[in-house]
Amino acid sequence: MNPLSYHRALSTADALSRAGDGAARLLGGGTNLVDLMRKGVERPSALVDVTALPGTIEATAEGGLLIGAAARNSAVAAHPLVRSQYPMLARAILAGASAQIRNMATVGGNLMQRTRCLYFQDAAASRCNKRIPGSGCEAEGGFNRYHAIIGTSPSCIATHPSDMCVALAALDARIHVAGAAGMRTIPLVDFHLLPGDRPDIETLLAPGDIILAVEIPPSPVARNSAYRKVRDRASYAFALVSVAAGLSVREGSVEDVRIAFGGIAPKPWRAFRAEAALRGGPATREAFEAAVIEELAGATPPPEAAFKVELARRTLVAVLTELSGSDR
Amino acid sequence: MAIRINGAEIAVPDDARVSLLGLLREQLHLTGTKVGCNQGACGACTVLIDGERVLSCLTLAVQADERSVTTIEGLSGAGSHKLQDAFIEHDGLQCGYCTPGQICAADAMLREIAAGVPSYITADLAAPARLTREEVRERMSGNLCRCGAHNGIVDAILQVAAERTA
Ligand SMILES: Cc1cc2nc3c(=O)[nH]c(=O)nc-3n(C[C@H](O)[C@H](O)[C@H](O)COP(=O)(O)OP(=O)(O)OC[C@H]3O[C@@H](n4cnc5c(N)ncnc54)[C@H](O)[C@@H]3O)c2cc1C
Ligand code: SF4
Ligand code: FES
Ligand code: FES
Repeated sequence: MNPLSYHRALSTADALSRAGDGAARLLGGGTNLVDLMRKGVERPSALVDVTALPGTIEATAEGGLLIGAAARNSAVAAHPLVRSQYPMLARAILAGASAQIRNMATVGGNLMQRTRCLYFQDAAASRCNKRIPGSGCEAEGGFNRYHAIIGTSPSCIATHPSDMCVALAALDARIHVAGAAGMRTIPLVDFHLLPGDRPDIETLLAPGDIILAVEIPPSPVARNSAYRKVRDRASYAFALVSVAAGLSVREGSVEDVRIAFGGIAPKPWRAFRAEAALRGGPATREAFEAAVIEELAGATPPPEAAFKVELARRTLVAVLTELSGSDR
Repeated sequence: MAIRINGAEIAVPDDARVSLLGLLREQLHLTGTKVGCNQGACGACTVLIDGERVLSCLTLAVQADERSVTTIEGLSGAGSHKLQDAFIEHDGLQCGYCTPGQICAADAMLREIAAGVPSYITADLAAPARLTREEVRERMSGNLCRCGAHNGIVDAILQVAAERTA
């Protein structure tokens, strides 16, 4: 690691005044940043700790939820409003990492953790277009079981690893950001970028921007929602495929639906096509099957991840069937 | 600038790169806390900060400034902790390398359960969670044991939990 300075910011203005320095990085829990610094992938010379900025979780006037960026992942999952009103969000967070890491990780850091694969973290020996643009991609033709099947580019096929962000994508969350030019709000589904020919650029944040909060609007489907994560071991592993979904059914037809996938794409993958195919139609297994097939029609999986197309299909159908109550 | 470690005020290292794990083991010689993977994947370095379980390998010592750290040495104090006795009774260890992390994690986990916090496998997220064998396995998944003593570890934790609620 490079020599470092450390400063715990006590106000947003204080953090903004220091974050603009190109060599500075914001520090949440450090579970991603400190790890990547130790591996020589990230090399900041100044850390601005933002965990003393607001991390409160509160209901909004319009009936949604506002979560301060410094809220720890475990505090969000344990919050009574999240557990009762947004079960898919509580369960998505609880599906991620371990209890220790969830106690450390902040909401801001979870949103900003790097889209990554093992080769990206192997600075000593692996080529990686994300780490060094133009150097090549070791995963192509290498070990790619954990990689993405949709939204990829020839330059990078890594997945976005967050579980929490998958639920936030399905819940139409908005990110509140402070920057040099003032405050702005970015829909979560637009926040993360597909790799294209610049896999090193992963979000819409500019250097010096700070995430202050995540806002979840009132949702018609959040109360009847679920998160299911399929992985190589039952706990403490990244997703092969995960699904966040909320569904409301009236007289046998789909009144409203939200679906997002994790583990299959370089960003939390909101399934807009599947939702459009389902809305207003019958809430049947056949319709769920057809919708997910339409969503994944453009999938181009690398060889070892080809199984994910079928796994994503089965996982979504199982979750929607359960939410529709038709398995009861 | 000071960190309270097992009750003693310790100066924060000048070098911000020093991890909490490095401070504990190499500067304070509190070697109960173990180094496993040094990358967040095994739980051997688990300690408590303000009573909550965290990984000391991914925590910079300076992040713990003004906070209270408890290691296995602090938990067991002069004698032994109930969890330590139960681990021995149930063969919850073989080589013992993962054990300090397991005990710190279990100590905090029992408080999380008492507070009603759910896990990924809790069926009803809105209701207070109950401690079953499956819940212990899920909640302790952040602590690996290469000797495969997990069954004894779960038995030991369940016994201590039963004694506390009795
Ligand atoms: C072993 C292991 C297993 C894991 N398994 C999972 C898993 O199964 N599922 C899952 O979802 N995640 C998993 N994770 C990832 C974990 O969720 C993230 O590391 C964590 O959420 C990051 O949060 P943090 O606060 O620690 O971020 P940090 O590491 O502190 O920061 C991460 C990035 O966010 C930036 N940042 C922090 N705060 C802000 C802010 N307010 N505004 C703008 N930028 C900011 C930092 O500059 C940095 O670039 C795992 C991690 C480990 C180490
Ligand atoms: S998939 Fe992306 S992150 Fe992984 S080696 Fe290739 S370019 Fe790097
Ligand atoms: S040494 Fe910290 S998790 Fe392995
Ligand atoms: S007792 Fe040997 S690693 Fe757990």
